[in-house]
Amino acid sequence: MQRLIELTHLNKKFGNRTILHDISLTVNRGEIVGLIGPSGSGKTTTIKTMLGMEKANQGTALVLGKQMPNRKVLGNIGYMAQSDALYESLNAKENLKFFGEMKGVTSKQLQKEITHVSSVVNLTSSLNQRVSNYSGGMKRRLSLAIALLGHPELLILDEPTVGIDPALRRQIWHELINLRNQGQGILITTHVMDETELTDRVALLLHGDVIAFASPQELEKQYGVPTIEDVFLKAEKEED
Amino acid sequence: MRTLAITKRTLIELLRDKRALALMFLAPILILWLMNVMFSANSDPKVEIATVNVSQTIQQNLKKVDGVSVKAVNSNRQAKNKLKKNKVDAIINYNQAKNHFNVTYANTDSTKTTLTKQALKAAITGQTITTLSTGIQRLQSMVKSTNPNISITQENTKAPSISNHYQYGNADTSFFTKIVPILMGFFVFFFVFLISGMALLKERTSGTFDRLLATPVRRSEIVFGYMLSYGIISILQSTVIVLTTVWLLKIEVVGSIINIIIISVLLAFVALAFGILMSTLANSEFQMMQFIPLVVVPQIFFSGIIPLDSMASWVQYIGKILPLTYTGDALTQIIMYGKGLTSLGTDILALLIFLLILLWLNIIGLKRYRKV
Repeated sequence: MQRLIELTHLNKKFGNRTILHDISLTVNRGEIVGLIGPSGSGKTTTIKTMLGMEKANQGTALVLGKQMPNRKVLGNIGYMAQSDALYESLNAKENLKFFGEMKGVTSKQLQKEITHVSSVVNLTSSLNQRVSNYSGGMKRRLSLAIALLGHPELLILDEPTVGIDPALRRQIWHELINLRNQGQGILITTHVMDETELTDRVALLLHGDVIAFASPQELEKQYGVPTIEDVFLKAEKEED
Repeated sequence: MRTLAITKRTLIELLRDKRALALMFLAPILILWLMNVMFSANSDPKVEIATVNVSQTIQQNLKKVDGVSVKAVNSNRQAKNKLKKNKVDAIINYNQAKNHFNVTYANTDSTKTTLTKQALKAAITGQTITTLSTGIQRLQSMVKSTNPNISITQENTKAPSISNHYQYGNADTSFFTKIVPILMGFFVFFFVFLISGMALLKERTSGTFDRLLATPVRRSEIVFGYMLSYGIISILQSTVIVLTTVWLLKIEVVGSIINIIIISVLLAFVALAFGILMSTLANSEFQMMQFIPLVVVPQIFFSGIIPLDSMASWVQYIGKILPLTYTGDALTQIIMYGKGLTSLGTDILALLIFLLILLWLNIIGLKRYRKV
């Protein structure tokens, strides 16, 4: 199965307001797809539909070959939300253990997984600290580590690098590219435009529509500008 | 498995929040202690009556009544003045010509008014009896002097003595004793509802709930996980409440305390499921706070503290849909009549039905946050 995510003509309304107008999007195995767009363009709703928290009014949302909402598929998705979403009174290890158990990682494997993911995000030495004592960056890293638990086929990361210093950001991207090369698929939303240069394909979301979906280089050529940031600005202007 | 993991996590969170934990157990004890102070206050009314033109006999008789003191006043005007200044609680004015008592009450405290009325009635009856018995004595002596041969058997004129026996409680058993079982249930419900209502809400506002729902956990596993962890806490909490009530308020329990705890724990589970349901519906802590009077206050009104028998039937139906009605009844049966659990089948069944419906609603209600 090549396609990890396949959204076709998704439409989602909340009451009279149309949040998603017509979203078609694919994420393949071994590919990082960036989802960019201004606030209110429908990024979070798109992600919520992929996870089955919302149900589309029209169109199909296939994730790992299953029509969403589907509970079992969730075990194979690593999700990281915009907020850190950690249990502050627990320590990092207890957080990892809890979410590992929720994901259905077997207890034998869980110990190995915790050691692995915590080394990826550089938290091995502070695993026994309460999260309430963590700095903002540490929380973000722990949040990412939780998403990586259980070696999911698909990662859905909502703004994973907010509040992380440049050195660590580079390290995280290094790891994401590693995961991609191992065949995982990654959907990532971001506000940091130079990060999108590192993705394989970028989807530009505006007013609930995907207005462009191609590799960063193709997009820059298509719009005749040097960076994705310029593509973003130009596309927004053309739409208005 | 996931249920237990959620239970374990929630318990660790609860145990590490020392302040909330202390409040969970200390707040009920404090409230019950305050209630004890309030209920044990002496509530016997005392009245001071001003009398105008009232005979010595009546005055003496009035004084014999508990809590009544009498002050003879010369004129009605003087008495009215005292009443206005709140020095006396009532004026009794006797009109000899009409043989008529004019009574004016301050009537700011109905118990005092009632006491005055009773005292006056008793005093008049007392006077009548005294007059009658002196009349009879005079008659007897008259009969004896005219015809000594007629023998008049001397009846025992002493009043029969009364000794009181109480099947439940003692002479001090009051209205409060009757409502204590219901109040006990109320406090269990209130405190458990309070903590459980915040439980899921905190998880939602911190964002961990979304992350939890992004794993293949079942909605029922979340509900049961929470029920189990908070259930353990509320078993402890309701045991504390029951024991404090029985010990502090010196309640005579005819039945078994274990049975009281079992019923209370059952109610605690209903309150728990109710609290979790409300926290699913509330969007913020503030809204949750607003649910508290909405859910809790009707329970006081309609659960039997105020007798509903004489009210319209639709009012009685409201009582039937409130869990506290059944707990109140069950606890009263255990405490006052010593009934066992087997004879409380209806109440227990009703509570179990509440619990099942609420659990089901909770599992359905979580669909709001994830569609499967």
